[in-house]
Amino acid sequence: MVEMVNRPYAGAFEKYAVQHPEVLCLSADLTSSCEIDGFRDRHPDQFLSMGMAEQNMLSFAGGLGLSGFRPFIHTFGVFLYRRPYDQLMASVAYPRRKVRLMGFLPGITTPGGMTHQAIEDISIMRTIPNMTVLETGDATEVEGIVEAADSIDGPVYCRVLRGSVPRLFNSPLKVGQMRVLSEGTDVLVITAGITTEEAIRARGALDKAGVSVRHLHLSTLKPFNADAIVAHAASVKHGVITLENHLVAGGIGSMTAEALAEAGLAKKLIRLGLQDTYAHGGSRPYLMNYYGLDALALVRGIERLTGEKTGIDEGALDAVRVEAVHSAVKAEAL
Amino acid sequence: MQNVKTTEEVALGIRRRVFEHSMRNNGGYLSQACSAAEQLAFLYNEALNLGQPTLPMIPRPFSGVPSADNPDYVTGAGYNGPFEPHYDRLFIAPAHYALVAYATLIEVGRMAPEGLEMFNKDGSSVEMIGAEHSPGMEVHNGTLGIGLSTGAGLAWGRKRRGETGEVCVFMSDGEVQEGQTWEAVQAAAHHGIDNLWAIMDVNRQQCDGAMDSVMEVGDIATKLRNFGAVVVEIDAHDIGAMRQAKAEPHEGRPLIMLAHSSPTKGMEFLQQRFPRLHYVRFKSEQERADMNHAIAAELGIDPINYGQ
Repeated sequence: MVEMVNRPYAGAFEKYAVQHPEVLCLSADLTSSCEIDGFRDRHPDQFLSMGMAEQNMLSFAGGLGLSGFRPFIHTFGVFLYRRPYDQLMASVAYPRRKVRLMGFLPGITTPGGMTHQAIEDISIMRTIPNMTVLETGDATEVEGIVEAADSIDGPVYCRVLRGSVPRLFNSPLKVGQMRVLSEGTDVLVITAGITTEEAIRARGALDKAGVSVRHLHLSTLKPFNADAIVAHAASVKHGVITLENHLVAGGIGSMTAEALAEAGLAKKLIRLGLQDTYAHGGSRPYLMNYYGLDALALVRGIERLTGEKTGIDEGALDAVRVEAVHSAVKAEAL
Repeated sequence: MQNVKTTEEVALGIRRRVFEHSMRNNGGYLSQACSAAEQLAFLYNEALNLGQPTLPMIPRPFSGVPSADNPDYVTGAGYNGPFEPHYDRLFIAPAHYALVAYATLIEVGRMAPEGLEMFNKDGSSVEMIGAEHSPGMEVHNGTLGIGLSTGAGLAWGRKRRGETGEVCVFMSDGEVQEGQTWEAVQAAAHHGIDNLWAIMDVNRQQCDGAMDSVMEVGDIATKLRNFGAVVVEIDAHDIGAMRQAKAEPHEGRPLIMLAHSSPTKGMEFLQQRFPRLHYVRFKSEQERADMNHAIAAELGIDPINYGQ
């Protein structure tokens, strides 16, 4: 059974920040929600409470960057770009300040409904010049995101998982490297964040049904490694499925479509995720099922792609345990 | 840098340069020169501790925006001198005052007069709305209301590093309509950022006209004090009052100087255009000629030859 890790960000951030005095911890009244309450209490000199004032926080962070500090801004992802988009552009992204935007509760991982769900953050962030975009899919990646983000020469937006997070991988997140989780020949499945765990569940059942899946997990969304995606897509028989905790427009599905089109590779592409809709408040399993982001949705997508029924139902998926991926088949450099 | 001129002389020089430029180019930000000439002259000629410029007197052409592929990118801050711990830093928060700021750089010997000839020309770094790479600019401020926040962040960082140089933000009163300005003041007060000070050109004008007709903002001084700033109100054209205001103690709080100004100071002929003063264009050749003669006389110079 997969190991569950409690609050992996809290320990990882503290461990890293205390060794790097130029790192500052900023919070906008969501300190315990972003797992930095312990850090605040133990290291008050390295912590700045910015209040519920995101516009000021983004420009202020730009000023901190100008003075040689590397601020880590902690809040829900949605609050990092919707209200303070102008400040994000002018004070952080344009001048390439080393501001680390730690976006918690990506997509439908919050029951907070529309106002709290960052469902278009990837599409916004990836179109901003100078911005790097990272996403965490398990506890190991959450533990590595602090150091990875701080290695970026410029601003970086990170989708961070919080709370109880499964450990799927045993090798750290490396910027620019995707994980090849299986090397099948029928369909290419591309996932990131929480959808990777779903795809791993589906793969267990798909293997038994005789569908050979090539599975890529992305943690670096920008820069997007289009060449590698195209090469993997070219190697499978039926086509490509993307499954993302995000709108299908502007995210991984769109990036994959652009890559295939620009390479002139004629492969079918099915984009699973939120289909031009807002979500509402609810539990993560409910929302993933309701909006078609879960393992079953992936199986049905693969059936559409191959034109063949697999015979897999919810019962079959429930029986599949998610085991830790102790050795990625290989890690690909950017 | 050694002062060559008095601050009053610099202020007069700013008005003359902006007027000359506007006559030749069929319009310009004349009113901002009227209201802010003394403030910018005060900052550059005596209030700020700035080093020698590090960039050429004649500005280089636009050389690209910041990107990983543009390693040689520099901002225009070099016209304010090098970044040293003991030197001050200046942000021009309303980047629409760029023409006035460029004229100031020339008057205090930090930029060649040729720089103003490049104003708003394609391929030039001397942009109409001051950009990061424009002379004397360090950050983008064309989107109004972000300047004080950035200044507060920089000031916090400089204080933490033990740097003695201060951060000054030149502001405009229209910015108080933006919520971010209030967020910035409360944050600066909350974090005790007292190496930050601002001088605000309170000319009661904005793009659409008189501020009271666009959006009433009430008593700015009281509001700023309630948000945690130390506030001093002065006549924007009284340099002695500015000196006194700068000396106001403000331990643990930012200092904001409200400089109540006249948008037509030194060019009273512009009263005829009130309240549309944000950017003065000439409605006719006759108006241009009338303005040329009248304002030139007010500024003590000959009418400008603009090829009429």
